[in-house]
Amino acid sequence: MRAGEKIKTVRISIVGFGHVGSGVAEVVMRKHDEILRKHGLDLRIVGIADLKGAIIDEGGLSRDEIARFGADGALLDMSSLELIREIEHEVMVEATPTNVTNGEPGLTHIITALNSNRHVVTSNKGPLALEYRKLMELAERKGRELRFEATVGGAMPLISLIRENLAGNGITAIRGILNGTCNYILTRMTNENLPYEHVLREAQEIGIAESDPSKDVEGIDTAVKLVILANSVFGMDATYRDVRVQGITEITPDALKLARDAGYAIKLIGDVDIDGRLEVAPRLVPVSDPLNVGGTLNVATIRADLAGDITVIGKGAGPIEAASAILSDIIAIYS
Amino acid sequence: MGWLGGWNGMRISMDIELKDIPGQLVQALKPVSDLGGNIISVLHQRDKKTASGRIPVQLVFEMEERRLDRLVEKLKAEGMHVVSIGKERLKDSMVVILIGHIVHSDIRDTIERIDSTGFAEVVGLSLSMPGVDKKSSAALVLSAIGKKELKEALKILEETATEKGIMIISPI
Repeated sequence: MRAGEKIKTVRISIVGFGHVGSGVAEVVMRKHDEILRKHGLDLRIVGIADLKGAIIDEGGLSRDEIARFGADGALLDMSSLELIREIEHEVMVEATPTNVTNGEPGLTHIITALNSNRHVVTSNKGPLALEYRKLMELAERKGRELRFEATVGGAMPLISLIRENLAGNGITAIRGILNGTCNYILTRMTNENLPYEHVLREAQEIGIAESDPSKDVEGIDTAVKLVILANSVFGMDATYRDVRVQGITEITPDALKLARDAGYAIKLIGDVDIDGRLEVAPRLVPVSDPLNVGGTLNVATIRADLAGDITVIGKGAGPIEAASAILSDIIAIYS
Repeated sequence: MGWLGGWNGMRISMDIELKDIPGQLVQALKPVSDLGGNIISVLHQRDKKTASGRIPVQLVFEMEERRLDRLVEKLKAEGMHVVSIGKERLKDSMVVILIGHIVHSDIRDTIERIDSTGFAEVVGLSLSMPGVDKKSSAALVLSAIGKKELKEALKILEETATEKGIMIISPI
């Protein structure tokens, strides 16, 4: 921050206080002084709400108050929507779980926040995968920003990389691994020559796969992310029902071995291009290709008309990783 | 316009023998270019003279097949010997992985649907069958006369697989 610049106070609400929401609170606290120094932004969390109730402090909640969220008796009887509407703040962080059936409760939270003249930063994929155009139009009408870097690829910068750093380029295709759980399972099956069911159980035990893994392993999560890219980068008006989806549940260790003998790895690849291709399927990736990354990593290759192919690799999941993307979105609103 | 209407450049390897006098190699290559051919490699084997003192040259080029006879005539007219002509008809290949009841869904028929196109063939197959009732996996190598035809062959294979409940994994 240069001398003479004024400090801007940015009041933030967090709606949905699971792993991601508490990750956001954690990084806002941890990075407060640094962001103040570098960007001249004084970030204050003025309200937190989820199904259990809410806490508010218009001057900014302290670390202790936030840590006690959810403890008995510490909560106000205030709904998320009341908090969004009635507490004065600039940015609403929407971090409730993704629901691809109707987008709720995130969809209503986002609409309410925009209508109350708040900027919105979200990690929730459902509302964007179902109502992208409607939400962006509303944001534009209200002169507010709706940013969603955390929805695709976690900490991996993808949407802002394209929007800002690759500005001026025409993007013709994006292809990549957008689900860390599937990547973990396929990598483990390949390296240990183990069957799918075995590796899935193992992934569930160490918390990489959920107890109901269907969203991940059937490719739905990848499809939803692909739709967000299709709409935001390629200007499509797609919903996740438009995606051709095939998951990884049928992949055998033999198939992985045959692929490897031919010089390929099998990866669950999301593929979107300017001609309207929208596809999630296990694909053969040459072992020398930059898309061939292992473990829980995410990766995407962006094909740009001027810059050529650019590949980004990063941690796709995790509360601090998602919070990193949310924090950079908040800062980007004011830069 | 079907696949026959497009560029039917075929990869051809040709062994010829030249007289051991200056300028012969250029004379041999000129008609290839004149007839629209694209020379890929020239192996001039000066150290392997034939019994009659000629120098063997191995050419690899791409050319429309219908122009091949005219090329041979021209070379002969220049006094060169054309020893052999090898056609590599299938230029482009890809590996695909199949998972499912591959054998029981009649693999011979699956292959036949590709081979019967005339522009593509299944040129390799490795199969792994873990046990009765279990799904098999296979790696299949498709070859075709060009990239467009290879895509078409993959599409036929995908349609066949969908019909037979087999999963196809294709390269990115």
